[in-house]
Amino acid sequence: MTFLEIKDLKVHFPIRGGILNRKIDAVRAVDGVSFQIEQGTTYGLVGESGSGKTTTGRAIIGLNDITSGQVLFEGKDLYSKKNKKLDFRRDIQMIFQDPYSSLNPKKRVLDIVAEPLRNFEKMTKREELFEVIGLLEKVGLSEESIYKYPHQFSGGQRQRIGIARAIALKPKLIIADEPVSALDVSVQAQVLNFMQDIQKELNLTYLFISHDLGIVKHMSDRIGIMYKGRFVEEGDTEDIFSNPQHIYTKRLVAAIPDINPNNRAKQKEFRKAVQREYEQDYDKYFDESGLAYPLRQLSDTHLVALPGRG
Amino acid sequence: MHRRITLNNKLLEINQLYTSFRIRDDYYAAVDNVSLSVKKNEVLAIVGESGSGKSALAFSIMRLHNRAKIEGEILFKGENVIDMSPSRLNEVRGKDMAMIFQDPLTALNPLMTVGQQIGEALFLHDRKLTKKDVQDRVIELLDQVGIPRPNYVIDQYPHELSGGMRQRVMIAIAIANDPELLIADEPTTALDVTIQAQILDLIRDLKEKMDAGIILITHDLGVVAEMADRVAVMYAGEIVEITDVKTLFENPKHPYTRSLLNSVPNSTSMEKQDKLHVIQGVVPSLAHLPRVGCRFKDRIPWIDDSAHEEHPELREIEPGHFVRCSCYQHFYFPDKEEVKKK
Repeated sequence: MTFLEIKDLKVHFPIRGGILNRKIDAVRAVDGVSFQIEQGTTYGLVGESGSGKTTTGRAIIGLNDITSGQVLFEGKDLYSKKNKKLDFRRDIQMIFQDPYSSLNPKKRVLDIVAEPLRNFEKMTKREELFEVIGLLEKVGLSEESIYKYPHQFSGGQRQRIGIARAIALKPKLIIADEPVSALDVSVQAQVLNFMQDIQKELNLTYLFISHDLGIVKHMSDRIGIMYKGRFVEEGDTEDIFSNPQHIYTKRLVAAIPDINPNNRAKQKEFRKAVQREYEQDYDKYFDESGLAYPLRQLSDTHLVALPGRG
Repeated sequence: MHRRITLNNKLLEINQLYTSFRIRDDYYAAVDNVSLSVKKNEVLAIVGESGSGKSALAFSIMRLHNRAKIEGEILFKGENVIDMSPSRLNEVRGKDMAMIFQDPLTALNPLMTVGQQIGEALFLHDRKLTKKDVQDRVIELLDQVGIPRPNYVIDQYPHELSGGMRQRVMIAIAIANDPELLIADEPTTALDVTIQAQILDLIRDLKEKMDAGIILITHDLGVVAEMADRVAVMYAGEIVEITDVKTLFENPKHPYTRSLLNSVPNSTSMEKQDKLHVIQGVVPSLAHLPRVGCRFKDRIPWIDDSAHEEHPELREIEPGHFVRCSCYQHFYFPDKEEVKKK
């Protein structure tokens, strides 16, 4: 049984207009996405803004309604009527992008971190207090911080409060939506290291959503690249970075700034070549409406959206 | 024109600049004794975390601070920006020096069309232009920054454009009058990677075409490696290291520079790194900054106190390579046990 399996997920948002404000069209934010995640691994979901990666993440945890498709978590379909009562939200938690807006400014840290506990566990005040202190210790915050308010913390500390809240119920899957993009480089390192530590400790599975390929590469075992609501390529980290097949993936990889200034000229040439290929062979990679083709198996681990040959 | 002519090719020269902000009754320097220079056709990158004073420095050069106390010398082509009258400032800003702001959505006026905003920059510096001249030039500029269908975009409002397009409009405004000095404050932070690559290419082309000097403010070391000729690293209001870009990546000296370089995942090498380096502690806030001794001392506690200077200064250790404080000679990365012990 696969830990998490997404089958042909579609999330469409209606566009209304005309007489009686009827539905006239839809924005196909996620348009037929399928992938699987094994327990204890990190799956990186990459794409530019508007590619549907965040919507996919939100649909898995139930923050968006889905149009069609299945989300199977440990074999159970989260969206079937039969499973409506199942408390899968205990097992799936989310870390949000912006630590400045995802913590309620009117609540103390104690209340923020204890909220999931209050929803799912029957604890006495005393037990809850100890639990929260333990969680904060785990994320490297001191005991005194429980009576402080979010504005008294720096960005990195806030993000760790968000993580403490996410791991409070010992979830199995954490959806991390751009968890470090609002943070400074040195703080980024701190949060990423920490996420890796608790992953080992609690055997967590991450769905890591990001537009920063450097960070995704550092964190992920497997990567899916999204474009306009569809996957263009999926593979192990090594497949994607050393053997990108789709032109869109190549463009993304080429666009990463090279940290070695000696490669500047080489990198520029490479980028130009990829751009040329992109312009010349655009039709080969995308169908008439500019969308990606269905994925095809290239090797055991590597899938790419190219039209079938012949 | 009351412009002194200088013989050296320094476009901008900053000497002992202090920019201080008032917190209650005291002034605290956010830019603390900074000296640097920019030549023509040169990209100087300023790197640092948020709170290091890099944006405060940029705003000082443009004199955009409202209530800050600015002391020192900012010589733009020999003329001190700090002494300029408001009318002289209006002449210089937007014409001889221009700025690309970080967030195009807040920097653009939501009530004016793209054409009006770019046209305004042109018209204010040359009142003799006719409407037709302005429109032609705006279309030319939109085309130059790579906006498709400029005839159509000219009548659109900022909210109708995507982030990358808005950033291009900002750049079009900044380059409208062919400035000699361009200050780009995190020009690509809000953008996707592929767009970022395009915008950086664009800025690079402008530098070569117009022979402009560029100050690029960023925290992204990849962008620095791709763009800069020289790099200044700022920490807590001071420049801690300044050198050419190759030396910075191959032979960084200051502990802060080395820590920063070690804390980003290496995106080009294929082997998997185990752990990223974490700089302990946080950037000190303005009011709590120790103004004596090495400011980075608290964040590398495993280095012995005697390694630091009492009054650290920027010292030239090789031609063109300046480093502050002697602690770099004793710096090393700790192993895990050592961190725990402290």
